[in-house]
Amino acid sequence: MTTEILTAHAEGDESSTDVFGFWLYIMSDCILFSCLFATFIVLRHNTFGGVGMREITNLPYVFKETLFLLASSFTFGMAILSMYKNHQSRVIGWLIVTFLLGLSFVTMEVNEFANLISEGHGPQTSGAMSAFFTLVGTHGLHVSLGLFWMLVLIIQTAIFKLNPTIRRRLTYLGLFWAFLDIVWIFVFTIVYLMGVA
Amino acid sequence: MLQNLLFGKLTLDAIPFDNPIIMGIGLPVMVIFALGFIIPVTYKKKWKYLWKEWITTVDHKKIGIMYIILAFVMLLRGFVDALMMRSQQALSVGDSMGYLPAHHFAEIFSAHGVIMIFFMAMPFMFGLLNLAVPLQIGTRDVAFPYLNSLSFWLTVAGALLVNISLVIGQFEAAGWLAYPPLSELAYSPGVGVDYYIWALQIAGVGSLLSGINFLVTILKLRCPGMTLFKMPIFTWTGLCASVLVILAFPILTVTLGLLFMDRYFGMHFFTAAAGGNAMMYVNLIWAWGHPEVYILILPAFGVFSEVTATFCKKTLFGYTSMVWATIAITFLSFIVWLHHFFTMGAGADVNAFFGIATMIIAVPTGVKIFNWLFTMYRGRIQFTTPMLYTIGFLVTFAVGGMTGVLMSIPGVDFQIHNSVFLVAHFHNVIIGGVVFGYFAGFIYWFPKAFGFKLNEKIGKWAFWFWLIGFYVAFMPLYVLGLKGMTRRLYHYSAATGWHPWLIVASMGSLIILIAVCLQILQVIVSIKNRNLPAYKDVTGDPWDARTLEWSTSSIPPFYNFAIIPQVEHRDDFWRKKQEIKAGHKPPAPEYKDIHMPRNTATGFIIAVFAGIFGFGMVWNIMWLVCLGIVGIFASVIIRSFDSNTDYYVTVDEIKKIEAEFLHGEVL
Repeated sequence: MTTEILTAHAEGDESSTDVFGFWLYIMSDCILFSCLFATFIVLRHNTFGGVGMREITNLPYVFKETLFLLASSFTFGMAILSMYKNHQSRVIGWLIVTFLLGLSFVTMEVNEFANLISEGHGPQTSGAMSAFFTLVGTHGLHVSLGLFWMLVLIIQTAIFKLNPTIRRRLTYLGLFWAFLDIVWIFVFTIVYLMGVA
Repeated sequence: MLQNLLFGKLTLDAIPFDNPIIMGIGLPVMVIFALGFIIPVTYKKKWKYLWKEWITTVDHKKIGIMYIILAFVMLLRGFVDALMMRSQQALSVGDSMGYLPAHHFAEIFSAHGVIMIFFMAMPFMFGLLNLAVPLQIGTRDVAFPYLNSLSFWLTVAGALLVNISLVIGQFEAAGWLAYPPLSELAYSPGVGVDYYIWALQIAGVGSLLSGINFLVTILKLRCPGMTLFKMPIFTWTGLCASVLVILAFPILTVTLGLLFMDRYFGMHFFTAAAGGNAMMYVNLIWAWGHPEVYILILPAFGVFSEVTATFCKKTLFGYTSMVWATIAITFLSFIVWLHHFFTMGAGADVNAFFGIATMIIAVPTGVKIFNWLFTMYRGRIQFTTPMLYTIGFLVTFAVGGMTGVLMSIPGVDFQIHNSVFLVAHFHNVIIGGVVFGYFAGFIYWFPKAFGFKLNEKIGKWAFWFWLIGFYVAFMPLYVLGLKGMTRRLYHYSAATGWHPWLIVASMGSLIILIAVCLQILQVIVSIKNRNLPAYKDVTGDPWDARTLEWSTSSIPPFYNFAIIPQVEHRDDFWRKKQEIKAGHKPPAPEYKDIHMPRNTATGFIIAVFAGIFGFGMVWNIMWLVCLGIVGIFASVIIRSFDSNTDYYVTVDEIKKIEAEFLHGEVL
């Protein structure tokens, strides 16, 4: 819903107003994640006799996942640079690369989840596993929504060219994508690294 | 199998045919309400007008009016719940069991709280913000008009879900905050909690978007010269409330989301078994819930500030301290949430911290009270209805505030936790503060929204019945709380000696009923007489007020100001009026084309799909859920392909409209 923010006013700098609104949305999303982190930290030892973070963490695997996401942020940055240079086809090209990297990340995460569930460590086993699946899953859901949005923007960039509206939307998605990267750094640290420590 | 696919958990048994109160009174009243709206609109062929001018509007003034209508309708619904609770407790003593079964009573007190906070107070607040803030800061609309329409319709979708639950299924019976483990599937297997979750999630997204919208509007769209410290206090409180909304509502989203995970996917966040932690829910929901209290009260403080300055014909006393007090409350409201559950057993240190933080919050509030008092001191007070509400507030809120400070002492709180003393306290501050404030704001800005004043005489009667009714209804609860009566009792023994006090309390609720009837009468009488000179506002400034919203006509043209005002001082409009009186002539206006957003149905359509999605989630009807999600995404994407979202009003059109609005005649 927040992807669609209407330009409204002749007075003042519209673009900065709109981007400010999107920043505020990101801040609210930040609060959302911080609540999930708090819940995870409170519940992570409540394993109820089942497995804990130490048993289920496969650090090399998660590290690969992380590299995919970080690489996708880099390629998104390239897309934005191409946008500044008005290279429409390069923008689309970099967006497609970003999309594929993001998709790989989501695929790896789904795979991780599927393995855990098939081994009997699903989110229903304990408070700790509920918190783990929900925190990581919410991030994954955000990335998936971002991918869907990227797809729409690739099509719109092709149709509308790099007009001011498309540029603004690419900026929003860029903010969103970078934000998800930052959240993932925290997930990686707090959930996985501190989980095995 | 097929039935399950089509209807999920929904069967005919979900409709409470056996409940005479719902089927005999609740349903008919709702049907009468609906028909009372549909029949006249159809008869007068107004559907097209309704669709073009209201449902698809992005005009903040119209959205504000619709918010306030929603608030009043839900006020009636919530008030009926209150009457039922008061009468049940007056009747159900000793051998008599009253007329409500225990479960139904529990549903009623839950619905009362949910409706009054989420669907009365919140819409009323956003309604007043919508009406006044863009006009007060001299702008033509909010920053994101389309999101504004979406926010409103999402709130309506949430309100509808709550009301549907009366007839299809049931509402939750676990209190207005639905504490687990009682609200978990094991103890609340019905759909009531699911209605609660989805109604609040949908309305909550609306509130969050509104919070973002108003913060951006206030920070980015103020007219030239209006620095932050020249803004009217109501706008300041709107700003702080918006900050609180943005910071607090995501917490509510997460909390309800986790409860949903527990109920739907069998997870263990808050369950009593398998490593769940129910106190986590209580912490999270109050980390939203306490700021929520201030989201509601700060704009009421803003109204009182405007009303006091206007009707005492003085600059507000201590403007700067008023602003800083508001900011201090905004900050402090986030570090007091634990005082709602000192009995959790967090230990003496934690309780002491939160107890002291709670006491400290009384300081900025006290500063405000003295500011209003000093504004009145030596002012030429006009005892209009909004001013009466303000004075009623000052006395009542001081009492409520003091009982609050009393309960902030953990040792005392252990004694009166969950007693009706608490119920008396929060009604004391919510009715005495929020409700009186919003009523004052409603009467104060009514002429701006509709072009005529409300009847003062009936309004004053309504005020006195509200004030006296409040004291008669709630003072006994303080006594009962100290006598040990816990809240939410549907039956008690005669030996407790509570009965006489509860009869007095129920009388109080009947006095408030008279007040509510008088308010309805007030609106009807005023609408009938709207063209009489005593009612009609031709000046745009019926109260001889001080802030910018009164510098344009009542009703303002859809673009608010033909020329964006220039501001040099606080109460700039007041100064300009004095200059004009002194013989200064304002320069002749030079119009320019005005850029305005087009109306759009997208907000409404998205909210319809959100409602469908919510209903599907409640009853596990998967095709409805999918329809809702696909519909929402499709609407957003289709809208994003539409580049024709705004237009220009030309100078000629502006001249014509200005002539109509300002001189009451077309050139």
